[in-house]
Amino acid sequence: MTPVLSLKNLTKRFGPVLAADDISLDLMHGEVLALLGENGAGKTTLMNMLFGQYVPDAGSVEVFDAGQPRTLPAGNAQAAIDARIGMVHQHFTLAENLSVLDSVVLGAEPLWSFRRALSPARTRLTDLMTRSGLTVPLDAKISALTVGERQRVEILKALYRDVRVLVLDEPTAVLTPQEADGLFAALRTMVADGLSVIFISHKLREVLAFSDRIMVLRHGKAVGEMPTAEADAARIIRMMVGEDHKMPDRSPGTPGDLRLHLQNLSTSGTRPLRNVTLDAHGGQIIGIAGVSGNGQTTLAQVISGLEQPSAGSLSIQGQTIDRLTPKSALAHKIGRIPEDRHHDGIVPALTVAENLVLERLDDSDVQHFGFLRKSGIAENAARLSSAYDVRGPGIAARAALLSGGNIQKLILARVIEAAPDVILANQPTRGLDFRAAAEISRRLIEARDRGAAVILISEDLDEVLALSDRIFVMHDGHCLETDSRDRTDIGYAMAGEAA
Amino acid sequence: MIDILQIFLSESFWAASLRIASPLIFGVLGALLCERSGVLNLGIEGIFVVGAMTGWMAVWLGAGLWGGVLAAALAGALFGLLHAILTVPFGLSQHVSGLGITLFATSVASFTYRTALPDVTSPPRIEPFRAMDIPILSDLPFLGPVLFQQTPMTVLALVLVLVVWWVMDRSALGVAIKAVGDNPDAVNAQGLSVVGLRMGAVVAGSALMALGGAFLTMSAFDAFFFGMVNGRGWICIALVIFASWQPGKALLGALLFGMFDALQVRLQTEAGSFIPGQVFLMIPYILSIVALVIAARRADYPRALLTPWRKGQR
Repeated sequence: MTPVLSLKNLTKRFGPVLAADDISLDLMHGEVLALLGENGAGKTTLMNMLFGQYVPDAGSVEVFDAGQPRTLPAGNAQAAIDARIGMVHQHFTLAENLSVLDSVVLGAEPLWSFRRALSPARTRLTDLMTRSGLTVPLDAKISALTVGERQRVEILKALYRDVRVLVLDEPTAVLTPQEADGLFAALRTMVADGLSVIFISHKLREVLAFSDRIMVLRHGKAVGEMPTAEADAARIIRMMVGEDHKMPDRSPGTPGDLRLHLQNLSTSGTRPLRNVTLDAHGGQIIGIAGVSGNGQTTLAQVISGLEQPSAGSLSIQGQTIDRLTPKSALAHKIGRIPEDRHHDGIVPALTVAENLVLERLDDSDVQHFGFLRKSGIAENAARLSSAYDVRGPGIAARAALLSGGNIQKLILARVIEAAPDVILANQPTRGLDFRAAAEISRRLIEARDRGAAVILISEDLDEVLALSDRIFVMHDGHCLETDSRDRTDIGYAMAGEAA
Repeated sequence: MIDILQIFLSESFWAASLRIASPLIFGVLGALLCERSGVLNLGIEGIFVVGAMTGWMAVWLGAGLWGGVLAAALAGALFGLLHAILTVPFGLSQHVSGLGITLFATSVASFTYRTALPDVTSPPRIEPFRAMDIPILSDLPFLGPVLFQQTPMTVLALVLVLVVWWVMDRSALGVAIKAVGDNPDAVNAQGLSVVGLRMGAVVAGSALMALGGAFLTMSAFDAFFFGMVNGRGWICIALVIFASWQPGKALLGALLFGMFDALQVRLQTEAGSFIPGQVFLMIPYILSIVALVIAARRADYPRALLTPWRKGQR
């Protein structure tokens, strides 16, 4: 076991917040280290210091050349690249107007040469693809690739530069279970060839299945470290959140009246729905699994009244609706938690208090003869932000200043307080940490028990399995119910293949 | 109708089209370089004026014609550098900075002119670039007068189309410029300098724009007049959209505009006083708007155009 990388006592402070507090870790040759922690635990800060994006306040990064430690200059990304450290960010850093080949070669070839040496690059990349099993069409434009393919390009970019340490930030967030398995198999091959991997994840299952060693961060501190062989899930979660973590209790729901019914509904346009039939009853959570881009967004838009079906019918409480608009969706008591919470869920320039009344501006406590009632709005905000634990700089601050989890709680408060009959929750916990996600899940179950029909669209299969009374799988615009609760079966359905 | 056909068949029409297109070719190539890197340069109109003034004045001061071209390019690069500093590292609004550069550069050009020549009523004339006379080539039927009896600056414009095409389509530098205009984070993650690439592209593009101005005083005319740029810079901003940021199409767009302009002059003389001359003056602009409306629907904007980049922010 020879070390390849060593982080020594790294500390980083942002104003009053200690984002990374004296963290040290060693990475061995050919090892897979999983970095676990809630959002804000310091994982990204730590990796940004390793990668030279941030200058640490204290501590250093050492790499080992032939067994001899060498300290990297602080805050120098190029030094990290030169030391053969590669990073695949959660949000891909790809220019969509380049070909795959250009994307990989960019920065690895001299900028000022008269002719580009593309054919050796092509040969080398083809060879890399065969060895790693990560194949992508080399001449395709990035814009034409699927998310999974883009991720392969990101990894190939690092491998092309002959990295010895690869850092992966939430690599499976956007993949089907099969794609994720393929990715891990490819990484295994490369690790056997001597690559060392640090991988950041929320998903315990993956961490337990794939890593050699686990390190848990909480509030900027390394709170635990163990070989994966000795790890157990309950103990890790306890370390991450600092307390016993309980998945919300879910007793089976009691199906009530038919609330929302889609019959053979299709749309035209991009990512269309194809002949979707779906019935949502009160007192049930309907989980819709699938890889993003298979029509979930369109489905959500149809139910929110943002897109009109080209065929089929939509009925609410047994009444067929000819043309659903966002306004009539609200009037029909459909509550919406949109996918892009920053963009569609709030108006960032308005205050927290104003955002909380956005969907009921006509109510008498909000306005009076066309004038806003500041006191009513403030009272409402004070009550909801304490009931839903919306934390931030206060109800009079712009909503843009809230963190993602708190924005989501704000939206949830607005939706649930309107006592909707149908709740459309599109990716409600994406990017949230355990605690915030558990809180959102608990509220959804509460709303269900109150008698609402909840439609939960999620990429996170574990979440769908944990919360849903019935499960539908979307693929290529089709939406079919499955009776199976087996990850493999559902994974195949997500990929469009019969099990 | 026969008359119009004759216009299209005449050598002088095509020669004039290319001549009128020349300053636009410089300008649209410059705008293309800037915008491909993600920076809109609305300073173009003012940089044209500065290029026109500097080139002409350098020649008048005895720098020689090519010395004048160089001086114009340097002056353009300088104003480009100012725009680049304001918009790239400082991340200011590209619209505001660009319009400011246009106002500033136009005023600096007038100020310099007035200070250097306080007493003149009409500007002193210089000996401009002459039409080339290349043995054999210039005597070719049709092609000779159209291509090889132009001034050297027109040839320079055509060569620059090739150079810019090569850089954008065949070189690693071009890949990096295209990438920085699409997603600067991608460029940064690959260890290249976003700021360096963008500033370089803006400075080089602005130098090209200034050459467009210099063409006016050193090739098309022989002196500097106020108002002689007359919106050519703005035309280039539109043409680069028409060209969908591709050098080949940029040449085509400039030629198209040159053709419309050459055509309207000839139609004016054909029509005599029957139709007001202003109607014909409108033709190139109206046709350009039509062409733009058609082409812009499919325009493939650089995704990061107008978006300042700050390290470590999404």
